[in-house]
Amino acid sequence: MMNFIRGLFPEWAVEWPKNLNLPLNKWTNDFVEWLVTEYGVIFETASDAILVVLVGMERFLRDLPWVVVFLGVGALTFFSSGRKWGLTALVAACMFFIGLTDPRLWDLSMMTLSVMLVSTLICIGVGVPVGIAISRNDRMRDMVLPALDLMQTMPSFVYLIPAIMLFGLGAVPAVFATVIYAIPPVIRLTDLGIRLVDEDIVEASDAMGASKRQKLIRVQIPMALPNIMQGVNQTTMMALAMVVIASMIGTRGLGTEVLIGLQQLNVGRALEAGVAIVLLAIVMDRVTQAYGGRFIRMDGRG
Amino acid sequence: MALIEVRNVYKIFGTGRALDTALDMAQTGAEKNDVLVETGCTLGLKDVSLSVERGEIFVVMGLSGSGKSTLIRHINRLIDPTTGQILVDGRDVLEFSTEELLAFRRGAVSMVFQRFALFPHLTVIENVGYGLEVQGVEPAERRRRAMRWIEDVGLIGYENAYPAQLSGGMQQRVGLSRALCTDPEILLMDEPFSALDPLIRKQMQEHLIALQRDLKKTIVFITHDLDEALKLGDDVAILKDGVIDQIGGPEEILLNPATEYVREFVRDVKRGRVVTAASIMTPPKGDANGPTVSYDTVLQDMLPKCIDSDAPLRVVDEAGAVVGAVSRRTLLRGLADHGVKK
Repeated sequence: MMNFIRGLFPEWAVEWPKNLNLPLNKWTNDFVEWLVTEYGVIFETASDAILVVLVGMERFLRDLPWVVVFLGVGALTFFSSGRKWGLTALVAACMFFIGLTDPRLWDLSMMTLSVMLVSTLICIGVGVPVGIAISRNDRMRDMVLPALDLMQTMPSFVYLIPAIMLFGLGAVPAVFATVIYAIPPVIRLTDLGIRLVDEDIVEASDAMGASKRQKLIRVQIPMALPNIMQGVNQTTMMALAMVVIASMIGTRGLGTEVLIGLQQLNVGRALEAGVAIVLLAIVMDRVTQAYGGRFIRMDGRG
Repeated sequence: MALIEVRNVYKIFGTGRALDTALDMAQTGAEKNDVLVETGCTLGLKDVSLSVERGEIFVVMGLSGSGKSTLIRHINRLIDPTTGQILVDGRDVLEFSTEELLAFRRGAVSMVFQRFALFPHLTVIENVGYGLEVQGVEPAERRRRAMRWIEDVGLIGYENAYPAQLSGGMQQRVGLSRALCTDPEILLMDEPFSALDPLIRKQMQEHLIALQRDLKKTIVFITHDLDEALKLGDDVAILKDGVIDQIGGPEEILLNPATEYVREFVRDVKRGRVVTAASIMTPPKGDANGPTVSYDTVLQDMLPKCIDSDAPLRVVDEAGAVVGAVSRRTLLRGLADHGVKK
């Protein structure tokens, strides 16, 4: 039967012709190679800059007595949530359990946290302005949104490897990969937040003679903040999800423990680190949510 | 010359060639529906001309979809006309550069919205002072001037509240003081009281009348409520499907409706509140003992005197000279819309 069907077609229509091959593979390799040889210096400089911030942040968090970090996160949650005791207790319990699972995990958590914080800060620094730009320009939005889809669906190993070629092994390519993976939500939700600002209110600002800048800073961004903070929350969560993958290219942190645990078939060790990642995620989630919630309550919509 | 002159304004919502076709159709007299069916464009305004005198309340009355909100947004150019001219104080608003337009909106004109459009993340005092903030006025000066208007609308004690904590009526008083805070010459009010409860609406109307007595702003007021239009307006324009059916004083509209549409509208109006003695009086008789009323008294206010006196009321002009007489029968006829012609 199948032979009969195949017999109906000429040979080139049955098997994919070998010479009908877009050399995307070669192009990409050539491009990356060209990038490395021609612009290596620029990437190295960028890499060094990120590394300085990263190392500084990591050293700061690790050198700080754990009690200070513990109390600091607790206080941050307490005040940004509008003095909610229950939430603060939950976050504090999570922080405490990270150390309790295994004392080594506290330092590793601080390393992971510093990679995450730096990545998230870059995401916010780049993502919010991009989100604002595409909220004002439909054509730019039509170009950026598919790119975001691409960044979210492309398997992260695909850009992890060129990242290593450009930035070398270690934490910097991890930050790079994390930013690519985690930046879409903050861009999308900034765009959405600004578009969702009540048209009447934008009109009221226009009618007062506010310039575009005044309108953006005084009305649109503050009113979009609940959404923007939701984006930041999503971005933090996605950044944390990259931690294990990033450990494969030599970023030290909780991910390394999971990786080692798996390689040594030490399920317990992997689980302990896994639990610590989850606890860290809960902490980050609650803190960013609490911060976003503040803005919602202030305008009486929450 | 009138402070605001709108001349032959057409507004068609659409783009490209459909827009040109739609404009051609409108200019040769096609109606809103035909234009929509033929070109897919919405005819917002068709050949609208009107002039608003300095210091008057000019009311534009129309039902939803009549284009009244579109019309008022042309005056501060939140919407640009397809063709036509808009002059404010002799200057062509459409010729303004971006800077001139911002300056115009900051100084000369401000707006009150149907759904208040307060900034939800700012306190009452920050809302009221927003116009000054945009102008770059110092915070202390801003506070001082904003407080004056908060006091004026009776919201002292609420200056640090957020809009969501206030009732609808209070929110619109914030909206009103926000508009007045920059001391503009022109106040654009887009159905400002429509979202309020009837009792609050009545209070706000009276508040506006009292305010206007002191301030003498030029107010363009949009409403879908004819009673409100006749109560507040020095002049009233009736808008239907983007076309002005009639412009005139309240009494003129009531007594001489220009089209069937307007006639339909005025049928249910309480005439006693609008029609004046001058419109119904008969030539004076020799009778010298009837009580006197001023020629601009509305019929409703003549009722008590008329009940108490068997002699016809004597209508007097500003100088006190008797210019006419109103008997009980004449008054009843006037109230009943029976045999009254101007």
